[in-house]
Amino acid sequence: MIYNEPSPLEVKVISQRFTLPNSAAIDTYLATDGYLAVKKALGMTPEAIIDEMKASNLRGRGGAGFPTGMKWSFVPRKTDKPRYIICNSDESEPGTCKDRLLMENDPHQLLEGMMIAGWTVGSNKGYVFIRGEYRYLIDIVDRAIAEAYERGFLGKNVFGSGWDFDIYTHTGAGAYECGEESALLESLEGKRGIPRLKPPFPAVVGAWQSPTLLNNCETFSAVPAILRMGGPAYAELGTPKNGGTRLFCISGHVNKPGVYELPLGFNLLRMIDEVCGGMRNGKKLKAVIPGGSSSPVLKAQECDVPMDFDSMAKLKTMAGSGGVVVLDEDTDIVQLAMRTMKFYQHESCGWCIPCREGTTWLKKILDRFHEGDGRSEDIPLIGELARNMLGRTFCALGDAAAMPTIGFIEKFRDEFEAHLLKTQDPQSPELIVL
Amino acid sequence: MADLVTFTIDGRQLQAPAGTLVINAAKKAGIEIPAFCYYDGLALQAACRMCLVEIEKMPKLQPSCTMPVAEGMVVHTDSEQVKGARKGMLEFLLTNHPLDCPVCDKGGECELQDMTFRYGAAESRFVEIKVHEDEKQWSPVVYYDPARCILCYRCVRICDEGLGVNALSIGNRGVHSEIIPNNSDHLNCDECGACIDICPVGALTSGAYRYKTRPWEMDHVGTICTHCSNGCKTTLGVRNGEIIRGNNRDRSGVNGEFLCVKGRYAFDFTKAPGRLETPLMRVNGKLQPVSWAQALAAVGQKFSEIKQRNGKFGIIGSNHTTNEENFYLQKFARHVLGTSNIDHHRTGDITTLMDALQGRENALATVGDLYTTKAALIVDNDLAQQQPLLAFQLRANWRHHKANVYAVTPGPVREDQYAKKIVRAAEGQEFEALESLRDQLQAEEELVILFGDPIKGDAVRKLVAFGDSLGKPVKYVCLVDYSNSRGAADMGLLPDLLPGYRSVRDAGLEPGLAYDEILNSSDLDALWVIGANPLSRHELVAANAFVVVQDLFLTETAQRADIVLPASSAYEKEGTVTNVCGEVQQLKRAARVMGSKPDLEIIGLISKEMKANIGIWKSSKVLNEIRAEVSSYRFPLIVVESGGAAATNPVNGPVPSTRSDLVQSARNNLFHSGTLGRHCSTLKAVVEAPGTIYGELVNEPEEALEPSTTQQ
Repeated sequence: MIYNEPSPLEVKVISQRFTLPNSAAIDTYLATDGYLAVKKALGMTPEAIIDEMKASNLRGRGGAGFPTGMKWSFVPRKTDKPRYIICNSDESEPGTCKDRLLMENDPHQLLEGMMIAGWTVGSNKGYVFIRGEYRYLIDIVDRAIAEAYERGFLGKNVFGSGWDFDIYTHTGAGAYECGEESALLESLEGKRGIPRLKPPFPAVVGAWQSPTLLNNCETFSAVPAILRMGGPAYAELGTPKNGGTRLFCISGHVNKPGVYELPLGFNLLRMIDEVCGGMRNGKKLKAVIPGGSSSPVLKAQECDVPMDFDSMAKLKTMAGSGGVVVLDEDTDIVQLAMRTMKFYQHESCGWCIPCREGTTWLKKILDRFHEGDGRSEDIPLIGELARNMLGRTFCALGDAAAMPTIGFIEKFRDEFEAHLLKTQDPQSPELIVL
Repeated sequence: MADLVTFTIDGRQLQAPAGTLVINAAKKAGIEIPAFCYYDGLALQAACRMCLVEIEKMPKLQPSCTMPVAEGMVVHTDSEQVKGARKGMLEFLLTNHPLDCPVCDKGGECELQDMTFRYGAAESRFVEIKVHEDEKQWSPVVYYDPARCILCYRCVRICDEGLGVNALSIGNRGVHSEIIPNNSDHLNCDECGACIDICPVGALTSGAYRYKTRPWEMDHVGTICTHCSNGCKTTLGVRNGEIIRGNNRDRSGVNGEFLCVKGRYAFDFTKAPGRLETPLMRVNGKLQPVSWAQALAAVGQKFSEIKQRNGKFGIIGSNHTTNEENFYLQKFARHVLGTSNIDHHRTGDITTLMDALQGRENALATVGDLYTTKAALIVDNDLAQQQPLLAFQLRANWRHHKANVYAVTPGPVREDQYAKKIVRAAEGQEFEALESLRDQLQAEEELVILFGDPIKGDAVRKLVAFGDSLGKPVKYVCLVDYSNSRGAADMGLLPDLLPGYRSVRDAGLEPGLAYDEILNSSDLDALWVIGANPLSRHELVAANAFVVVQDLFLTETAQRADIVLPASSAYEKEGTVTNVCGEVQQLKRAARVMGSKPDLEIIGLISKEMKANIGIWKSSKVLNEIRAEVSSYRFPLIVVESGGAAATNPVNGPVPSTRSDLVQSARNNLFHSGTLGRHCSTLKAVVEAPGTIYGELVNEPEEALEPSTTQQ
């Protein structure tokens, strides 16, 4: 099932089956162009497939927006080592809930995308790494895999090509960090979920020391459509360098929150007003977190902007994982900053000092500040500590905690100052008297 | 060597082989880049972020511990940005670190303290409540204080990578992360304490040392461990003449950063209850305390009397006494007492190996060779248990240089973890097993063969013939048990050999009685035992023999003695010892124990009582005598005197020795060390000690483990 009414403005490419009855079943999939793309791919050379992927301008949907075709071309094919296809379905970025719908409503699309990737890099084994909290999705994906085996689409001699391909599901244990690709690999190998040193990158040395192609669930899900419609046609849907459509997970203070498939480059204000039916209760827009909680906040006046990777980068924020959080004028930014840091403090794996200690310290300051024990020197301190973390941590988690914090403190410093005054004013009803 | 690349650090143009890490290149040029998690030889972590440097054309600061130098690279280690990053990192570290330096064992030699002084901020801006977790005891010798831990993971890596024990892991997440034993709440490991030693802060502390002193109140005496034959340097921390701590703080010596449980903790025998502090003499059938003068006079008188009537002496020497003492003892026996009835507990067939290798150079492997050789073969020994440093060296060689290690052993050994080929062969079946490895061994460029005590007599010759037949350079290590087992043979504590493995006939003497012959001789007049305990396993047939024993404790043999002379241990005297690989190293006096005397002095005083002159009993003088007589000991003295290890060569001529049948190792494991081990409370305290290792009975019960010799 899906949880929101589709919008007429949507361009349905990867979510086209979401509303079909029994959409996860293999027969539904086969009735709607299912497994045509992989059959087509089996008649193509890996180079031709990679060219098609490059032409599609598909960029990684996990958050970094790395060109997918290029990533595929990095996996060495002339090696004796096994190669692995790994789908990152460890969807954990706050504000993001798209992989869940893809696996729940169209698991065969994902499997087909992984198969095409497998054929392209000469792999015989794929893993779907599913976030531990998505326990029920494992059953759905497992059922889809079983169906594919039953039909002979997976296993030995896929579609008579002489090529073997197996797919397994694997569950995480509930760590945000395991969405980071190298930590995911560690977890998959049965180890503690901490990131690895890079280089070497997983494309060369990944799972079990072998070349590994690791993409987000949404990225793989876009692959069958790209092969069916052709790379250029897919690219055409988006803006230059930002091909195709993506699932925007719009939450917060709008009338119709939900997951909508929109072309890359769709205007953010239109998204709020036309796709999501405007602000809830007619309130004014205060800010938007454009790409999951790691992305620095956009103020209302910055929101008239196309939602694609490059436009977001220009505003010093990120398109990220597509988790758009809309905030109205009543939102307490101090509380938001505190809650955001609570998440990163809880999820910091503890491997490196700046992230482990920095998130903890920041959370404690923000907690205290929010409770009313703030000091004026805390405001610059919060910014300085976040900057001491930024770019100095082992993996991107530290940056993900620092960037939004810097955003909040820089763009809404007045709110922090107002909070301080409010909580220290003896006349204020918010003053906590012990 | 890899190609040199040219780069700049802090404005200095430098060159280093491609692949060199920036942190090491800087260190070589005398530029310090601070780091906690980086540790030479262990896996890279990049976790502490202290070593971040600025590299031009790179957008972010980069960890210098994982960044190899590149042609044209420009690095800044002292820019404002780098300084700020270090200051910030230390500020982060100190947020949850308790400021208990005044009561912390590490205070004064703590890397976090040093770095905070050098790079940190003067004041803390942290006003929140610290995360705290109570201290835990993991074993009698290892305590862990999570609050102090900075999570550099050095301990986890040294245990897993360095030792192959893998006793530690990381538990929990984020700020609650801590080091945890893999064996639930306590350690079941080698108890080597490498984790304590490598800890940059006071998170891991030693149960034997904690809260006893501050580091600057001790003298640090670098001497040689007196337990097994590997000859590790142990730096004893001494306060008021008492040994408080053992470690290897300066990483010098053949062992570098390695020490096992014995080298680190097993010094407490020096002040164990039962340590003899005064001579004892049998009066009316009971041993009574007497003065040194009385005891020495009695020994001198009795020895003179027996000598005058051409009586029969038997002398059993030690595996622990110094080369000088052994040399002096055999000289005294042969020149003053006029006997060659002298022997010691032989724990490896070194004499046959010397004979088989006669005339060769570079045929004996050093401890260093084990780290550099391309291949090694272990025959009949559980190296990790019996020769811990050699096992560490081989493992490090495999880790760093991918050396091929082959194991031919009767049962599982730790080297199985990484050995290229393992062959299980019962004692006596080794040569069939070796033949099965012939092709692989022949393909190696070079080989070091280490063999245990089952290979003795003709088997040694057969093994050398096998090595020769490979047609490759082969070096050998004859594995022996104790700190100077090798030196006892080198110094002629044998009935048929003089110092330097020359025949006694060269000195116009006839071979004397061997170990078992002395004890079985019914007409023996005097038995003189120096640092050994033969009567723990053997009968003394001559019931009326006059028995003199020099020892630390009232052993089974000492209880039978007529006169017992309290001797000093190796930690209480000067001299040299020779390790299993034939490397000579110098002891330094650490502890002072009232009442005892070094064996050298005791022998000298006995000879004085007998009005015999065999030279001054000063170890440096005796070493000169040794060097005059034994050609392989003519190494440059400065090597030994400056704390180094001087390698010795095999002899240049035949070694006419028999009685290889007497060779019998005590097979001590990590937690046993003969009589000394029996008196080390720390060794007995570790949970692994009572005859088991890792929960399995791997050896005979403790009674049977007692070797027939013991020592000082």
